[in-house]
Amino acid sequence: MSEKVLMKGNEAFCEAAIRGGCRFYVGYPITPQSEIPEYMSHEMPKRGGTFVQSESELGSINISYGIACAGGNVFVSSASPGIALMQEGMSFACSAEVPIVILNVSRSGPGIGGIQPAQADYFQVTRGGGNGDYKIPVFAPSTMQEAIDIIYNSFEIADQLRNPVIILADGMMGQMMEPVVLPEEKQPYKTEAEITKYKPWALTGTKNKDHRNRIVSYWAKPEELEHHIIHLFEKYAKAEKELVRYETIGAEDPEIVFVAFGTMARIVAEVIEILNNEGIKAGMIRPISLWPFPKAPFEALSPEKTKVVISTELSMGQLLADVENSVQGRIPTRLINRVGGIVPTTNEILERAKKILGELK
Amino acid sequence: MKPLYEPTEGLLPVDTSYCAGCGHGVAHKIIMSCIEEKGRLGDTIGVSPIGCSVVAHQFMNVEMCESAHGRAPAVATGIKRVHPNHLVFSYQGDGDLASIGVTEVVHAAVRGEKITTFFINNAIYGMTGGQMSPTTLIGQRSTTSIDGRKPEINGIPIRMSELLATIDGAAYIERVALNTPANIRKAKKAVMNALEVQEKGLGFSLVEFISTCPTNWGLTPVDSLKWAAENMIPYYPLGVFKDTRGDEK
Ligand SMILES: Cc1ncc(C[n+]2csc(CCOP(=O)(O)OP(=O)(O)O)c2C)c(N)n1
Repeated sequence: MSEKVLMKGNEAFCEAAIRGGCRFYVGYPITPQSEIPEYMSHEMPKRGGTFVQSESELGSINISYGIACAGGNVFVSSASPGIALMQEGMSFACSAEVPIVILNVSRSGPGIGGIQPAQADYFQVTRGGGNGDYKIPVFAPSTMQEAIDIIYNSFEIADQLRNPVIILADGMMGQMMEPVVLPEEKQPYKTEAEITKYKPWALTGTKNKDHRNRIVSYWAKPEELEHHIIHLFEKYAKAEKELVRYETIGAEDPEIVFVAFGTMARIVAEVIEILNNEGIKAGMIRPISLWPFPKAPFEALSPEKTKVVISTELSMGQLLADVENSVQGRIPTRLINRVGGIVPTTNEILERAKKILGELK
Repeated sequence: MKPLYEPTEGLLPVDTSYCAGCGHGVAHKIIMSCIEEKGRLGDTIGVSPIGCSVVAHQFMNVEMCESAHGRAPAVATGIKRVHPNHLVFSYQGDGDLASIGVTEVVHAAVRGEKITTFFINNAIYGMTGGQMSPTTLIGQRSTTSIDGRKPEINGIPIRMSELLATIDGAAYIERVALNTPANIRKAKKAVMNALEVQEKGLGFSLVEFISTCPTNWGLTPVDSLKWAAENMIPYYPLGVFKDTRGDEK
């Protein structure tokens, strides 16, 4: 049964995973997500699941890979430098076509960084980070409810695509309390027969099967490897159509368009309301999927009506790169950002946006 | 008449990709015939490493996956957690286990994971063309120690079985060699013991095989067997370092 409760972000993320049918969690402590391994350590055994505290994030991703190879629905979480350590494993899982749901409750950076909200892992999660040609769908929720719905559904997406899926959150979302509606609990499939039925490729042993499964990443011949990479990219092309998610809010035919995701989108929503009340037509494109990046709402903008597209982000122009890519020079683009764990206020964004508008006139 | 030598159903009837005189083929045969004898081919899952034996799944007749370099014990941990009643093993070289993957094997033992690791120690990086490994002997030549391994520059070779035996979660640790028929028979006994420990759920088990790499040692297959006996076995003594069978109440 769905139920409304007040929960801390990190714990709500866990509930969403468990209710989404996940019964395996692997993690290693790192702020701002340490409540996740803590919650999972006591909750998983109660719900018939398995909690593994790994020796490192290399351990996390590779234990998760083993769980997934064996047909278990697995959830693994970390924060920025931990995600960096996992990325060889993510590349490996993509090449071996193994589904893993990965949550990055990101820090500011580079280096060890800080625990306050930042979006500086945008390139890290959307551009690979691991080696070779691969893609991972990345979803960036901006409310707790959205995070819950996304995590809940990610296991099915990962299974269908046979590929990892990343959810990008930040310390603000991890620590904040919000009322949420928890979805109904899906029943995990745990028996060998169920695993074989839903994941015929998984390793369960050859008994009760008429074939022998192998999960591989190594292709000795270049022709075979090329063939495999083309196969992966056919999957990704399909994912690009089916998994793109975004929201547009604000005025019709806006003269100023903000682009923001996650925590920033909540602040920008307030800015838009103020601008629209002042008679300045403002709107926002809020990408929910960062890969695939939503291009359609940018194509729909008219250069006659929209004077500027402003990437509003907690990084040094990483989101701006995708914005520019999507606007393709048709409309001027600008950047409003803070970094290092500082979140700009509504007023700061308002003033900087007005200044940009003034300069363009 | 009792046959002297028989193929095992545990190995597929295909040629391996290993060089003449390489120990991987012999180790494969030993491990897979033990699993066959136990009647467990149908519910065994193996993990191959990065190294010459990345392709072990092309020869071993059980379900398997490959793993990133050094991470096989972590991957085997994950598999065992999903299928606690299956036999789960990792198969790893000395570069894979004793260098890049030390953390994973140590912590699999620390957690007492009920998996078996087969550690093929040929004292060199085979797949990448003969570079020094953590188990390369003092004075042994490799492409990154062309005048022989020097302790003051390259450190002193690590004895993984002895190290792992100090961990309480490790229930069975034995070092064997593949250089003579008598040693091969002992190796088979060791594999049976390690698998029994896993079946009994006593903890982590590992069998280290002193192996050969004629190609990268620059020796003939026969001379390689001699070299292993004269140089490796004195430094890496054979024997059981840990056996908790019988300790259980
Ligand atoms: C992260 C990473 N580093 C390095 C390599 C290159 N590499 C492939 S196999 C190997 C060593 C193999 O030696 P060993 O584990 O002793 O096995 P053998 O080939 O001798 O059986 C190395 C270093 C790699 N594939 N991945």
